[in-house]
Amino acid sequence: MFHPSAEMKELQRSKPVVQVELPDGSTSWLITRYDDVRQVLVDPRFSRAATVGRNVRRIGPASASGDSILSKDPPEHTRMRRLVAGAFTARRVEALRPRVTKLVDEFIDHMFTLPQPADLVENFSLPLPVQVICELLGVPAEDRHIFHEWSDGILGDESRDPQEIEEAFARLSGYFGRLIATKRAVPGDDLMTALIAARDAEDRLSEAELVGLCLTLLIAGHETTANQINMFLLVLHEYPEQLERLRANPEMIPQAVEELMRFAQLGTSGGGLPRITTEEVELGGVRIPEGAAVIPVLTVANRDPALTTDPDRVDVARPLTTHLAFGAGVHHCLGAQLARMELQEALRGLLGRMPRMELATPADELTFKNGMVVRSLRALPVRW
Amino acid sequence: MATWRVAVSGECVASGSCLGIAPAWFARRADGQSYPTSVLIEENAAVLDAAACCPVEAIRLSDAETGEPVELA
Repeated sequence: MFHPSAEMKELQRSKPVVQVELPDGSTSWLITRYDDVRQVLVDPRFSRAATVGRNVRRIGPASASGDSILSKDPPEHTRMRRLVAGAFTARRVEALRPRVTKLVDEFIDHMFTLPQPADLVENFSLPLPVQVICELLGVPAEDRHIFHEWSDGILGDESRDPQEIEEAFARLSGYFGRLIATKRAVPGDDLMTALIAARDAEDRLSEAELVGLCLTLLIAGHETTANQINMFLLVLHEYPEQLERLRANPEMIPQAVEELMRFAQLGTSGGGLPRITTEEVELGGVRIPEGAAVIPVLTVANRDPALTTDPDRVDVARPLTTHLAFGAGVHHCLGAQLARMELQEALRGLLGRMPRMELATPADELTFKNGMVVRSLRALPVRW
Repeated sequence: MATWRVAVSGECVASGSCLGIAPAWFARRADGQSYPTSVLIEENAAVLDAAACCPVEAIRLSDAETGEPVELA
């Protein structure tokens, strides 16, 4: 739960660019060193668009459709990214911080009214990012209980029935289709309304791209952040000296968030979105042929001694200039600045107002949802 | 055709977004931050895209003659 597998660490040491057979029988190249992973993410010869329609190990909604922003290369990708980039810049995110601080306070106020132990997933780590992305997009947050199950379905990994994933995708697409129709009639002051205008007035998006983009923003905007809040708390409780240090020095929180992002093993497989080579590429001294599937393993790359010294130790004071938890290149997480800010405010609120919070269930007895691409806790009972 | 001055500010978070969008015009320093391969360039759509997509708005484009910022929208 807290470290990459021994097999992955050994690959990083001895075979950092290696062809492997995956459980589904397909072959892929696993890339585990920091510099090599970074190159795969940035170098245009490693294509996302070429994975559409190919039997590449599926990770999340991206492989469902060529209309997704996650399945496009520049310049098509750039056209879509420009439509949304402005809403997620550091400057725009900073303007949302007071609202997020207030939401954090409200969710904690509510927790104080509950009998202990209470579930942090249901009462804090999930509703916080859901509320934030819903307000930004213009989705009614009270629909959370409707769309969250579909969202879980779409985030299924290779162990899920593909048909189940397609059905969840179809249901959520239908939901957004109806919501878009409503907003066409009654525009709001939100990102979805702006995207509808980009489609209708300027023809900068197809209808399928519009629906896909809304869906991707909603899912990407909450599931990762919610589970990262949980993972941060699990890591801090596993290493109580780090927790104490952070409680005593809350000004270290922004730096600690970067270190915790680097350290936490949020992805179940650790893999970033797979790419396919558009020509033969030499990577780390190894020739990868044209048309090969390549999986950059972000969580292991973040534990590369070439990135930082003593990488398997968590140190909230670590001076870290960069990491790969948000990926890199054109698909670098659109919501990175928003996630950072939400994680900072979540930690500030929880450590500040629940300073004696403890896990009511030992970490090794907690259960994760099966078949998800991120480590998604079913519940996180806490006392305070 | 206008000449632009390209700069990357210290706010760069090393996302590598510009390296993917406009690989001929940006490169990466040892610390991960990006820098423009040429400071003065002819106006260029890929560089404009890179500036518009930068998550921290670290890419500054200005008209080399007038010093006016280039409109990104």
